[in-house]
Amino acid sequence: MLKDSDRIFQNIYGLKDTSLAGAKAIGDWDGTKKLITKGREWIVDEMKASGLRGRGGAGFGTGMKWSFMPKDSGGRPVFLVINADEGEPGTCKDREILRNEPHKLVEGALLASVGIGAGAAYVYVRGEFFREAEALQRAIDEAYAAGLIGKDACGSGYDFDMYVQLGAGAYICGEESALLQSLEGKKGQPRLKPPFPANVGLYGCPTTVNNVESIAVAPTILRRGAEWFSGFGRENNTGTKLFCISGHVNTPCTVEETMGISLKELIDTHAGGVRGGWDSLKAVIPGGSSTPMIPKAMCETAVMDFDGLKELGTGLGTAAVIVMDQSTDLIRAITRLSRFYSHESCGQCTPCREGTGWMWRMMERMADGNMTVDEIDLLEEVSRQIEGHTICALGDAAAWPIQGLIRHFRNEIEQRIVDRNIIKKAAAGAAA
Amino acid sequence: MAKLTIDGMEVEVQNGLTVLQACEQIGIEIPRFCYHERLTIAGNCRMCLVEMERAPKPVASCSMPVGDGMVITTNSPAVQKMRQGVMEFLLINHPLDCPICDQGGECDLQDQALAFGSDHSRYDEVKRAVDDKSFGPLIRGIMTRCIHCTRCVRFSNEIAGVPEMGATGRGEHTEIGTYINNALTSELSGNMIDLCPVGALTSAPYAFAARPWELKKTESIDVMDAVGSAIRIDARGPEVMRILPRLNEDVNEEWISDKTRFACDGLKRQRLDQPYVRHGSKLEPATWDAAFAAIAAKVKSTDGSRIAALAGDTACVESMMALKDLLEALGSDNVECRQDGAALDPSCRAGYLFNTTIAGIEEADVCLIIGSNTRHEAPIINARLRKRYLMGGFSAGLIGEAVELTFPYTPLGAGPEILAEILSGKHGFANILKKATNPMLILGQGALMRSDGAAVLGLARKVAEKFNMVRDDWNGFNVLHTAAARVGGLDIGFVSDATLESAEIIYLLGADDYTANIPDDAFVIYQGHHGDRGAHRADVVLPGAAYTEKNATYVNTEGRMQQTRLAVFPPGDAREDWAVIRALSGVLGHTLPYDTLAQVRGRMVQINPLFGGDDSLQKFTWGDFGSGGKTEPGGFASPISNFYMTDPISRASITMARCTEMLLESDKGKTGTDG
Repeated sequence: MLKDSDRIFQNIYGLKDTSLAGAKAIGDWDGTKKLITKGREWIVDEMKASGLRGRGGAGFGTGMKWSFMPKDSGGRPVFLVINADEGEPGTCKDREILRNEPHKLVEGALLASVGIGAGAAYVYVRGEFFREAEALQRAIDEAYAAGLIGKDACGSGYDFDMYVQLGAGAYICGEESALLQSLEGKKGQPRLKPPFPANVGLYGCPTTVNNVESIAVAPTILRRGAEWFSGFGRENNTGTKLFCISGHVNTPCTVEETMGISLKELIDTHAGGVRGGWDSLKAVIPGGSSTPMIPKAMCETAVMDFDGLKELGTGLGTAAVIVMDQSTDLIRAITRLSRFYSHESCGQCTPCREGTGWMWRMMERMADGNMTVDEIDLLEEVSRQIEGHTICALGDAAAWPIQGLIRHFRNEIEQRIVDRNIIKKAAAGAAA
Repeated sequence: MAKLTIDGMEVEVQNGLTVLQACEQIGIEIPRFCYHERLTIAGNCRMCLVEMERAPKPVASCSMPVGDGMVITTNSPAVQKMRQGVMEFLLINHPLDCPICDQGGECDLQDQALAFGSDHSRYDEVKRAVDDKSFGPLIRGIMTRCIHCTRCVRFSNEIAGVPEMGATGRGEHTEIGTYINNALTSELSGNMIDLCPVGALTSAPYAFAARPWELKKTESIDVMDAVGSAIRIDARGPEVMRILPRLNEDVNEEWISDKTRFACDGLKRQRLDQPYVRHGSKLEPATWDAAFAAIAAKVKSTDGSRIAALAGDTACVESMMALKDLLEALGSDNVECRQDGAALDPSCRAGYLFNTTIAGIEEADVCLIIGSNTRHEAPIINARLRKRYLMGGFSAGLIGEAVELTFPYTPLGAGPEILAEILSGKHGFANILKKATNPMLILGQGALMRSDGAAVLGLARKVAEKFNMVRDDWNGFNVLHTAAARVGGLDIGFVSDATLESAEIIYLLGADDYTANIPDDAFVIYQGHHGDRGAHRADVVLPGAAYTEKNATYVNTEGRMQQTRLAVFPPGDAREDWAVIRALSGVLGHTLPYDTLAQVRGRMVQINPLFGGDDSLQKFTWGDFGSGGKTEPGGFASPISNFYMTDPISRASITMARCTEMLLESDKGKTGTDG
């Protein structure tokens, strides 16, 4: 178990003072000026060395991303955009940071901006996080008042501004380019890539889009050193990470742990174990609703990091662990997710627009057993026709949960079809 | 140049092209719905997916720029399967109503379904249906058929410059439409019908009228304005069913205005299909012989010099040539093609042409518009100006009415005094012109139709000379005509200084919009195709042919000579116009020396060698034109108050009347008995 002293988020539960004074008491804003004066290259190199991979789900190296920013922007302003549009079902980590550790985000935004040469940061906060946006705005106001950001931030000579923008609750606006569209006041629909935001981002200017957690951990990494951070976890999967455990566990929680902790230890240590004991476990969605579920047998040995879960045919995603015990109707559960993705599809590109609705309707029938066995294969094929063929990853996100269900619980689906046919036959007999 | 491999073939293409364009260059066709070379790239239909080596996912070829060393596969089974997958998705919610769809036979979805579709549907759920939407009198929206390619949205935002189309809702509930069902207000809206790859946006006037394979297609030229857009006339039997644009990069690219496209139903109404002779207050049907005899009787008793001729806005060069020759034979040189009274100076050709050329607009960086509403007078030229504006680094100023164009401009003032200020350098816009590399000015008919028109023309010439608009490699002096016949008339010298006041016989060659006073006791001959203002005044009416019914020459505002082609025959007893004049000349005893169209055209070449060439433009010669007189106060006003009704054909068109009612007069109060 991670030692308390090694936890980056010392006040993630909000038990201590969340104001600037409280933040300083747990180590935030300590020697920020010194970090800034070490310069842009040092920051990017340190982040690269730490091995931090983006915490928003895709797991792209944060330092690498920062290094893609052009050294010469050709006179255009450079922006940092922080993605606080946390909408992935099961995920509730950024919300806690905004609520209880907003100063980590503000300080991180400043340091990241130095790292990429940005003069301003925009935080795009999910519309439903109204109180959280208020908390963040309070922290920003405090930081401005204390001279930590704004003109001559922390007395370093660096000018930096930070703004909060509320979204309107569309899941797709969590996709980085749709987020930029929405931030510009346009309809939240993903953009084509290339060009990538690092070249043509917000208002056509070089932009880096990072997840809240990726930015919030940056100050501590820079303070304590890349070596310290990369000492946790294993190669290519280093550091600590916030895990959100929900579902059929005794004490659902958000907790910071080392990367690569075993799923079993995570659930048992922090979430009070599976409801009714480990043996009543049926399946786990390990990384937020878009990652395929894994059955109990795989959960026994699952290692919670990017590569460990990839080996099991799923992914770490946002590390939102959704635990489902034997009482769960898995087909019904995935149907609900399917409906979610169909509802949240932006409608821009064909496979997602047309396919998510098709899949959801088939899932509805599947949940009732009202289909033929052949149609299971059809559903699988439709999901493959969507996957990888869309502009953004929402198509993949809609396809994966269904693929996971069919891969691991096909027998259950077939059983339901058989059951329904028996009842139908009996009903027909009774009617005759 | 970038070197890449496509389907095993090494190719070298220009940098900046997309993979799809590179494929096209080597003859590989990539299926697509949303991609259109004149619109921004949307990449949303996903039909053009191809495989790219080292890419984790298939890429949309329409939006992927080519790069050195790329390896692209477009013909693998995987690509085939992707296309089939996308096609299946497009079809699951597309209605199977091809038999009653107007797009049938020219539908991209239909064509590509043949290549990539399945013979049966695997979709067992309920299909989506969308309420039909209203887009105004020209476009029928059957939105259930929409495949959300957003070509129409991009067209209205980018080319038309009226951001009225958009997508509301999201996911499978996405709907394309105008905000709260407003009618589209663009003069180019009809092009969305061509752009729509399916039957979602179809032509309202043409609804259920014909199938594409029944139509005879004739390539021709439009005469509804002076642009001379390339068109295709689709006819069935004796009837023109519809008009579509044809590609001409130098003129209209692939767009045409709504008047060009939709006014063709006016060709079927109010037609003059037999000669008429006036008896008392009434025009009565007559034979050709009787009509000619009535004219001959009058001509015989009149001094030849008291005969005058006025040519209208859609008169062809051939008929003007014949009429000029006839009047000359009778002893009169009183011929006039400037029926609107514009002070155009025929002495210098560059003085009445759009010298910059339409395509040349793209090289200009500053444009001074004088007394013109380009949007209504020439929507196609206006679209080029907008295209130039979108390219960036372009500023425009307008002297005249502050009208709504589709690109931003600086309103400079109302009348000729502003032009004088610019010339003297006192006006702020003079500085902008001075700094420009390729400045241009557009002189509208609204500025020339005034009594001080010649002075305004002279002023404009001086402005052009002062601000370096006339150089060896650039001519920024432009006259924007509104009539298709005008430049041709000037080119064969169908002009004189005489007035109609003293004329005893006035020959109106399709002239309906004349501003001159016709004396009450004058004997008026009207030759034309529509019963409009001219025919009402006439004593003898000779039925002629409309532009779809004859092989005729027109010269557009740039000075580009082009020819219309006969698509259908003139109705009833009507005949080609030059032939009518040739026949009349025989009756009058001054038989013109030509019997065939080729001979008429030979005569035209004698007058002006231009008519012996092709549709290319000639090098200009600058000269002294316009007068130096005083200008008068008062603002310039555009000659066009109603874009939809400017000539006899569009005035007879029901569609254009509907447009006028719905788009221009929608705010007019209705009476209780209306509708």
